[in-house]
Amino acid sequence: MIANFGLAALWLAAALATLQLVAGGLSLRRETPALAGLVRPVAIAQGLLAAVAFAALIVLFWQTDLSVKLVATNSHSAKPLLYKIAGAWGNHEGSMLLWVTIMGLAGGFVALVERRLPEPTMLATLAAQAFVSIGFYAFLLMASNPFERLDPPVAEGQGLNPLLQDPGLAFHPPTLYIGYVGLSIAFSFAVGALITREVSPAFARAMRPWVLGAWIFLTLGITAGSYWAYYELGWGGWWFWDPVENASLMPWLAATALLHSVSVLASRNALRAWTVMLGVVAFSMSMVGTFLVRSGILTSVHAFAVDPTRGSFILALLAIYIGGALLLFALRAATVTEGQRFAVTSREGALVFNNVMLSATLGIVLIGTLYPLLAEAMGSKVSVGPPYFNPMGAVFVLPMLAVMAVGPLLRWRRDAMARIGKRLIVPGVLALTAFGVMVALGTGLLPALGLTLAAGLLVATLLPLAGRRLRTVTLPLWGMVLAHFGVAVSLFGMAADSAFTQERLVAARVGEIASVGPWQVRLQSIMPVAGPNWTALEGTLAASYGDDGTPAILRTQSRSFWAPVQQTNESALHTRWNGQLYAVLGEEAEGGRWQLRLWWKPFVTLIWLGGLLIGLGGLLALLGRVASDLRRLVAIDKIAYRRERQGR
Amino acid sequence: MMRVLLAALALVLAGPVHAQDKLPPAPYAYRQLDDPAQEARAKALMDTLRCLQCQGQAISDSDAPIAGDMRNQVRLRIAQGEDPEAIRAWLIERYGSYVSYKPKVDALTWPLFAAPLAFLTLAVIVLRKRFAKGRVA
Repeated sequence: MIANFGLAALWLAAALATLQLVAGGLSLRRETPALAGLVRPVAIAQGLLAAVAFAALIVLFWQTDLSVKLVATNSHSAKPLLYKIAGAWGNHEGSMLLWVTIMGLAGGFVALVERRLPEPTMLATLAAQAFVSIGFYAFLLMASNPFERLDPPVAEGQGLNPLLQDPGLAFHPPTLYIGYVGLSIAFSFAVGALITREVSPAFARAMRPWVLGAWIFLTLGITAGSYWAYYELGWGGWWFWDPVENASLMPWLAATALLHSVSVLASRNALRAWTVMLGVVAFSMSMVGTFLVRSGILTSVHAFAVDPTRGSFILALLAIYIGGALLLFALRAATVTEGQRFAVTSREGALVFNNVMLSATLGIVLIGTLYPLLAEAMGSKVSVGPPYFNPMGAVFVLPMLAVMAVGPLLRWRRDAMARIGKRLIVPGVLALTAFGVMVALGTGLLPALGLTLAAGLLVATLLPLAGRRLRTVTLPLWGMVLAHFGVAVSLFGMAADSAFTQERLVAARVGEIASVGPWQVRLQSIMPVAGPNWTALEGTLAASYGDDGTPAILRTQSRSFWAPVQQTNESALHTRWNGQLYAVLGEEAEGGRWQLRLWWKPFVTLIWLGGLLIGLGGLLALLGRVASDLRRLVAIDKIAYRRERQGR
Repeated sequence: MMRVLLAALALVLAGPVHAQDKLPPAPYAYRQLDDPAQEARAKALMDTLRCLQCQGQAISDSDAPIAGDMRNQVRLRIAQGEDPEAIRAWLIERYGSYVSYKPKVDALTWPLFAAPLAFLTLAVIVLRKRFAKGRVA
C-alpha cells in the first residue's frame, strides 16, 4: 500500500518535472504568461512529491516491510531503528531517490524565493533544473525502482553491511548528496544565464548562496567520511585516494574554485565566462562522482560490462547533460565577455591563480581516478595511488596555498606587494623556522613543505582581521578568515600526522605492556560482550602518557556480526590536545597472545578540526550573504511601498 | 555462465579465509622488524602496494590474509637487505603492475604523466594571457 503510494508520487513528480520543462521552455520562446505562471508552482509541487516518495520509502524501512524487494535485500528486523531508517538511503535505489528528492526540493526552494533575476533567466533556470531531474526520474523509474515488490514476501531481510552500521555513516551519504545536488542549482543557473545571455553580478549573487551551501555540505561530508574511514577501517589511515573518496573530492575542488570565481563576478563583474564554465563543471563532477559510485564500474569494469543497464543509463545521462551544457557554453561563450580587467597583483589576480591551480588539481584527480578504468577497459590493469596523487597534487596545491597567504590582503583591481610586504614578516619567519625544524628532523619533503606552509598560514590567514575593530568585521569576512585558517589547521594536521606517526604492532598477553611513542599501553583484559546484532571480544587497555598519573582506559573490540556474517575491528581512540592514541584489537595469536595495533598520531585531530572550521567559515559567510539579501529585499519592499503611497 | 563464474569467485574468496582458519598468519604479517630504519623502509614500501583482495586499500591498511602474506614477504626481504624497488619489481612480476600504486612510465601509462605537464603548461599560458591582456592603465 505505502509502496504503491510512493511509486505513484514518484511518477507524478516525474510528470510534473516534464510539465515544468515544457512550460518553462515554451514561455522562453514566446511570451505566454499562462505557461510562465505555471513554472514556479509546478517546481514546488514536484519537489514536494519527490519528498513524499522518499518519506514513503523511509516508512517502509521503518516497518521493515519485507514485501518490498529493496527492504528485503538491505534491512533486517533485528537491526537498531537508526540503521533501519538509514538503510533507506544506504543502497543504490534509495540513494538515487534521495538524490532526486534533494534536487526537487532545491529546485522548489529556488522557485519559491529567488526574485532578483530577470524572469526569463529564472524560467530558463527552472526549465534546466527540470531537464536534469527528468533524467534521474527516468533512471529511477526504469532502471532502479526502489518500490519493487516481492511476491510472496520473504521471511527475513538480508541485513545491512556492518561497516555501514555506524552513526557517522548513517548521515554521511545524505550530507554529501545535499552537496552534490546543491551544485545542480548552480548548474541550472549557469545554463539559464547562458540561454538568456544574462551573466551579471546579480546572477552571481543569486548563485552564490547555493554554491556556498553545497560547498559547506561537501566539506562536512568529506571531513566526516575521512574520520569514518580513520576510525572504522582500523589502520589509522584517513585518506586513501580511493575512487569513492575522489568522487566526493572532485566536486569539492570544482565548487571551491566556483565559490572564489563567483565572488569575483559578484563584486567586480569580472571572470564571467569562466564562472559559468565552472558552474557547469562543478555539477558535472557531482554526476561523474555518482556514476563512479553508483554504476558498479569500480568493483570491476568487467562486471560493469556484463550488466551495463544502470551504468550505461547514468553514462548516457552524463553525456546528455555535460555534453549539452558544454555545447551550449561553446555556442554562447563568444557572446559572454570576460568583463572587467585587473592587474596581476590584485585580489582578482590571486583568485585567478587559485582557480587555475584548483582546476589543475581537479584535472590530476580526475585523470588519476579515471585512467585505471580506461586502462582496464583496454585490457590492462594499473593502479594509481598516493605515490602519484600526493606529489602531482602538491605541485599545484602548495603554490596555491602560498598565494592564499597573500590574496586576502590585496586590494581589488591593482595593488603592490610592497604595501603588504611588512605584514608578511611574522608568518614568513614562522614558516622558515618550521622548515628548519623539519629539515633538522629529517622528515620527508612533502610533510616538511606542508608543515612550513601551515606554520606561515596559521598567522597569515588571520591578518585580514588585524588592525580592524572586530565588531565591525562583516560575517562573510569572518567566514573567509575562519575557512582559510581551517585550511592551515588541517594542513598542519596532515603534515604532522605523516611526518611523526609512530606505529607499534605487538602480540601481547593479558598484563603485558607495549610502548608506542610517549605511551605505555597495558593490555588489562579480554572479555566477551554482546550487542543487538553482534557479539565481540573486547580488549581493555590502560594507557599512560609519559609520567602522567592516571592511565586512560581504552576499549577496542573485534566484532562478529551475524546478519550478514562479517567481522569488524572497532578501534579505540584516546584524544589529547597534541594528538590521538589509536588502538585496535586484532586476532588471537599463538600462546595466549593477542594482536594489538597501536599508533600515536601527533596532531592528527587537527585534520578534521580544520575541516569543521572550513565548514563553519562557509556557514558564517552564507549567513552573512543571506542576511544582507534579506535586508535588501526589505529595503526594496519599503521603497515600493512608499512609492505606492506617494502615487495615491 | 554467470553461475559458474560466481561459484569460481566464491571458491577464490573462500580459499584464503579457509586457509587462515588452519594456519597462523605469517610471522611478519602483524609484527614489525626490530630495526626501526628497516621497518620504516618496509612501511614506506607497503604503503604503496595494493591489497589485491580489497577495494582501494594498501597492504599496510588491510586485514585481508593476502595483505598479511605480502607484508610478511616485504618485511622478510627488507630484513635481508633487499632494495625496496627490487621488491616492488618482484611483486609486479608476480602479480602484475596492478599491485603497485606507483605507476611507472611506459607505453600504457604515459598520459598519466603527460597530463600534469600539460596542465602546468596550460596554467602558465592561461595566467600569462590573462594578465598580458589585463594590464590596467
